[in-house]
Amino acid sequence: MSKSKKSRVGRRGFLRGAAVGAAAALAAKPPVAMAQQAVQSGTAQVAANAGPAAEARIIDRPGSDFMLEVFKSIGFDYLFANPGGSFGGLHESVINIGGNKDPEFITCMHEESSVAMSHGYAKVEGKPVLTMAHGTVGLQHAAMALYNAWCDRVPVYLVIGNTLDVQHRGGEVAWVHSVQDAAGMVREFVKWDDTPVSLQHFAESAVRAYKVAMTPPRLPVVLVADTEMQDNQIPAGENLRIPKLTLTAPPAGDPAAVAEAAKMLVAAENPVIVAGRAASSGSAEGLRLMVELAETLQAGVIDQYQRLNFPSHHRLNQSLNPRAALANADLVLALEPGDLYGTLRPVRQRRPIKVITITSGDLYLKSNYQDFQRFNDTDLSIGADAEATLPALIEAIKRLTTSDRRIAFEARGAKLADLSRQNLEQARVAATYGWDASPITTARLTTEVWAQVKNEDWSYASEALFVSNWPLKLWDMNKHYHYIGGKGGAGIGYGAPATLGAAVANKKHGRFTVNIQTDGDMMYAPGILWTAAHHRIPILTLMHNNRAYHQEVMGIQGTANHRGRGIDRIHIGTKIDDPFIDYAKLAQSMGVRSEGPISDPKDLGGAIRRGIEVVKRGEPYLIDVVTQGR
Amino acid sequence: MKKWMAIWAFVVFLPAVHAQNPPAPSNVENGKRLYLKNGCYECHGTVGQGAQANPLAPRLAPRPPALAALIAYVRKPAGGMPPYVSKVMSDAELEDVRAYLASIPEPPPLKSIALLNP
Repeated sequence: MSKSKKSRVGRRGFLRGAAVGAAAALAAKPPVAMAQQAVQSGTAQVAANAGPAAEARIIDRPGSDFMLEVFKSIGFDYLFANPGGSFGGLHESVINIGGNKDPEFITCMHEESSVAMSHGYAKVEGKPVLTMAHGTVGLQHAAMALYNAWCDRVPVYLVIGNTLDVQHRGGEVAWVHSVQDAAGMVREFVKWDDTPVSLQHFAESAVRAYKVAMTPPRLPVVLVADTEMQDNQIPAGENLRIPKLTLTAPPAGDPAAVAEAAKMLVAAENPVIVAGRAASSGSAEGLRLMVELAETLQAGVIDQYQRLNFPSHHRLNQSLNPRAALANADLVLALEPGDLYGTLRPVRQRRPIKVITITSGDLYLKSNYQDFQRFNDTDLSIGADAEATLPALIEAIKRLTTSDRRIAFEARGAKLADLSRQNLEQARVAATYGWDASPITTARLTTEVWAQVKNEDWSYASEALFVSNWPLKLWDMNKHYHYIGGKGGAGIGYGAPATLGAAVANKKHGRFTVNIQTDGDMMYAPGILWTAAHHRIPILTLMHNNRAYHQEVMGIQGTANHRGRGIDRIHIGTKIDDPFIDYAKLAQSMGVRSEGPISDPKDLGGAIRRGIEVVKRGEPYLIDVVTQGR
Repeated sequence: MKKWMAIWAFVVFLPAVHAQNPPAPSNVENGKRLYLKNGCYECHGTVGQGAQANPLAPRLAPRPPALAALIAYVRKPAGGMPPYVSKVMSDAELEDVRAYLASIPEPPPLKSIALLNP
């Protein structure tokens, strides 16, 4: 599965192309602009010494032009960033030498938004965008979003600017924005980082960083771009070369171990597949393989929905009632699981159960941040990427399946199909409770949206947890971009930007992106609304406006009650009221068309219809819906 | 296991007795006020519909548990529900809360809601 990409300018032909491009760009600029550029790009001292009559020294071949060509050779479609002086050289190269295309600069209003947008984009598109930030203040803003992406096993490619040489730190601000080890503060939750000290070093590390990020387990990487290196003239005669990018084939399971797993699965009476991030490549292939595996075995699937691993309404999907699915299980096949311990605990408290795991989590572990969950007893552990291992596993199962076993499999599958139908029917009945209530139930909200988007090529890009998982129950999800999971690190502030990043990825495919947006999360960085409007990113946002940090309401209420103190004051610090936030006006203030607040469920259908019309014209739209807590 | 048995008993086994004595309207109004004031709705929803992502916040309406069972459970709940001691909500107040929950109409039949019938 190796894949190589060629530089669009030719890896050895960089210098000639860059010089011509730079000359052309500079020729179109007035002298004042060029002088300003020289000052802004870190050559202030040179300009100041030149005297009033002298022309400013022009850097016509800055290092950042070469850095850009390296990025172009990798193939980034977009650059998500809030502007920052420490990567100003790169910024200028992108918009002038690169023509603001491949990558196109998407203006973000907070570094946490930049990275979270990258997070959402990568889960839809299966590859990262270029993301940039200041090395100090910017990275500190971005850190939470990086942690989410790290926990969620998502390749985020972050470049940060920094000035190492004290001679080039121009003033107080540059000093407080400079750091000895720029990536150090996030090293515990990125897969790899580097601080190149030459342009050739930069090229190699940039390509290496992409390979590392894209090799399972896919994870964030950070590359430091020194400001001097960005801004200084490329030395004459320097023979720079952009290395060839060849993605590493993902690690597949050991053949003997895979054969043993197949043997156990074929022999089991009631095997159950538990999937966390099994369909991890951000493509149709993972989902297809999961369906083939389950149908070959006629085994039930419990999707933990950290990605869409299995079609939500497939007859073998048992995710609506995992306890029932596990009640009679004698073998669990866990594929890139999340909290497997928690999923299996109800069963293991009563009886032993055999477990096979296939996960790249066994290949990568850190000490300080303990996202790896409780230790699980297993009978067979295969350290490998699950998606890459599935073809061999499926073939091995097919080889071992006798006609007798196939008959048994079919009988098992028929029972599971009945259970699946019952579970779905129960979910629909449950949705009727509170159907006409105000505030509007999350079931009603979800159903009203589904009724109008189901005939589009849609993508539900937000997390379903805070709307009681209704979309996972009621929506027929069967493509990888129909659902992309949640935050990873459970850090609030992910939702609004990540769904917008997903919408950027969906836009070029003509897909319709839906975001059911929690109110507290929106207020972490509402500037994403401006980003959506400015860049004409089509996305339908429905505020799940329960006017509270509702999870915390329940938490404080529980604590107060456990202490017998009553709940009279639990609104303090948890409710978002007095005043209520008017999200429609907030959106309008940033150029996003909107309406609401809507409290009567009968008004929802019309609002959604109006929103869809706007989004299908290529613009964002927001509907403020006043909702129940969950 | 005990926890789940308790929840099951709370939600499934104990409803129904109330129907023998329809509550007075004033009790229903007071019960609604208490249900909202004391935050029951935060987990169970304003009309007792339950939180579907949280099996520890089951549906309570329109068939709440019998009063004795309700009081016993609220005082010493199982699972994730926090206890409500009598100084926070008295037995009489819980009776009104129960009256409110019992007064909530049955939802419309599934077949009557076109959006839920694909």
